[in-house]
Amino acid sequence: MTALSPGAGDPEFRKSLRKRPLNHWNETIIKAALVACAFVTLATTALIIFVLFSETISFFRDVSFADFFLDTEWQPLQKPVSFGIWELVAGTLNVVLWSLLIAVPIGMATAIYLSEFANPRTRRVLKPVLEALAGVPTVVYAFFALSFITQDLLQPGLGKGTVPIFNSLSASVMLAVMILPTIASLSEDAMSNVPRDLREAAYGLGSTRIEVSLRVVVPAALSGIMASILLGIARVIGETMIVAIAAGSTPNLTLDPLASIQTMTGYMLQVGLGDAARGTVDYRSLFAVGTMLFLMTLLFNIASQLIIGRYREQYE
Amino acid sequence: MQGEHIEPVDLRATGAVARRQAFSRLSRYLLLAMSLLGVATLVVLGYITIDDGAGRIDLDFLTNYPSRFADQAGLRSSALGTIWILGTTIVLAIPVAVGTAIWIEEFAPKNALLTFVKLNIANLAGVPSIIYGILGLAMFVRFADLGPSILAGALTLTLMIIPMTVIASQEAIKQVPPSLREGSLAVGATQWQTVWSHVLPSALPGIITGVILSISRAAGETAALIMIGAFSFIAFDHSLNPAEALQDDFTTIPIQIYNWTIRPQEAFRQNAAAAIILLMIAVFTLNLTAAVIRERFRRTY
Repeated sequence: MTALSPGAGDPEFRKSLRKRPLNHWNETIIKAALVACAFVTLATTALIIFVLFSETISFFRDVSFADFFLDTEWQPLQKPVSFGIWELVAGTLNVVLWSLLIAVPIGMATAIYLSEFANPRTRRVLKPVLEALAGVPTVVYAFFALSFITQDLLQPGLGKGTVPIFNSLSASVMLAVMILPTIASLSEDAMSNVPRDLREAAYGLGSTRIEVSLRVVVPAALSGIMASILLGIARVIGETMIVAIAAGSTPNLTLDPLASIQTMTGYMLQVGLGDAARGTVDYRSLFAVGTMLFLMTLLFNIASQLIIGRYREQYE
Repeated sequence: MQGEHIEPVDLRATGAVARRQAFSRLSRYLLLAMSLLGVATLVVLGYITIDDGAGRIDLDFLTNYPSRFADQAGLRSSALGTIWILGTTIVLAIPVAVGTAIWIEEFAPKNALLTFVKLNIANLAGVPSIIYGILGLAMFVRFADLGPSILAGALTLTLMIIPMTVIASQEAIKQVPPSLREGSLAVGATQWQTVWSHVLPSALPGIITGVILSISRAAGETAALIMIGAFSFIAFDHSLNPAEALQDDFTTIPIQIYNWTIRPQEAFRQNAAAAIILLMIAVFTLNLTAAVIRERFRRTY
């Protein structure tokens, strides 16, 4: 304490220290700029909600709720016009159903293999390759669906009479490939996080590897697996190019995989291509369908986050 | 023990246990086969695409404008459009995204507002791109009266990629150990000096990786740009002066692929395949660069 530097007790010196504030003037400006950046994301959400809801309200001045929710025909572009949303929702559910039926078993098998069976070297190769699939632009998948799945595979295989050029199945196959990385990768993370003791207890009781995987690891990781599937559903619902190109533009209240259908996103793209004038009911229907789409994806995304949140509490 | 004779005991299981073990061994190969299915599909599709389109790629294909004759059509205007759109998006999105991540990780008070901002970003990352498209249509094209211009397209993609870029940058900033910050603050640096001179340089590889992945997502985006009206025939080069070019109508390579895909003629399918090969080379190069940067500069503290 006696070795204080000369002048340390000098009031003038202590004052001079105080004169140099820790926060420079530009520090304040920078902080304000950073807050402004963060504000952009809040503004984006506000704008999305404002644009969707204001145009949707205008839409419902022209079209009644009853027409929208009770009519079963979606025929906005030719007379007599009708705006029954269910045909478009059915189109979306159609591709969700068939793509999940393909992607979930393959995704689960991949996740179980990577987490429980693969040696580290195989995993180091397979996982990045799988994640690279997530980077493929969806218009490329759309091209594959129409050109190869439909024209080179389904039509020659099942006959041109049974398979229309635009069909739900071709889109569903490529949608399944699209969400495979999401489902496999997130499920694998969930399975890898299952504590070793659980596995070892099961092995100790004489279980085989596949029994441990299916009866111990999968149930223990179930919430993570569910979250990955919900996230996959949200991505299928929101995907546009694959369904717009390969599934057709005929609204159709069916879950038949070989039918030509139209999804909510497919309709939106169709209107977007047609350059609908502002203020027309076509233009507004875009936002009414957009609101429906927004709410559905939000529902699945939030459900996925909630499940992940709960799952984290379990193991940390 | 040497020399002592041990009676060999057969430890192999029999009956039900043997069957269960056989099933377990078999399931390894079943699971591997199913795991490879997704990858194999893409390998086959990739092969067919190369077979279809590789012959179509030559200098004319790169330097010709679009045309209604498949053999004269090229990627000139769509490639230039893609470069302009991505360049503008990078300039607009990166400062905002990195700034947001810095605020969240380094400056924001830990309160309800911060929780809300984070939750909001997570949800925005899950909003379908076509919703960003109609947002861009209503706000930038119609309300701000920018028309279906490069600026309107870049603004739309900017809003679309900001959430995922923020999340990736946050992860990178979180990896920087607190001791680095404390050391800097202890020698009298201000909070911003600490962030600028110590946190950002350490987090840079992670941030760059995240930015590259976002850019590669924007490079393949089609639906959002079609929604703002970028589905037009472009047969001119954009001015090199940004003030003029940003007002131009535009098209991009993914939109050109869409345009060629929906035509029934075989020759256009070949054009689409050729454009896909080039787009995939670009996208995989970006993703590979991101992976290399991540591995190369990975620091363990």
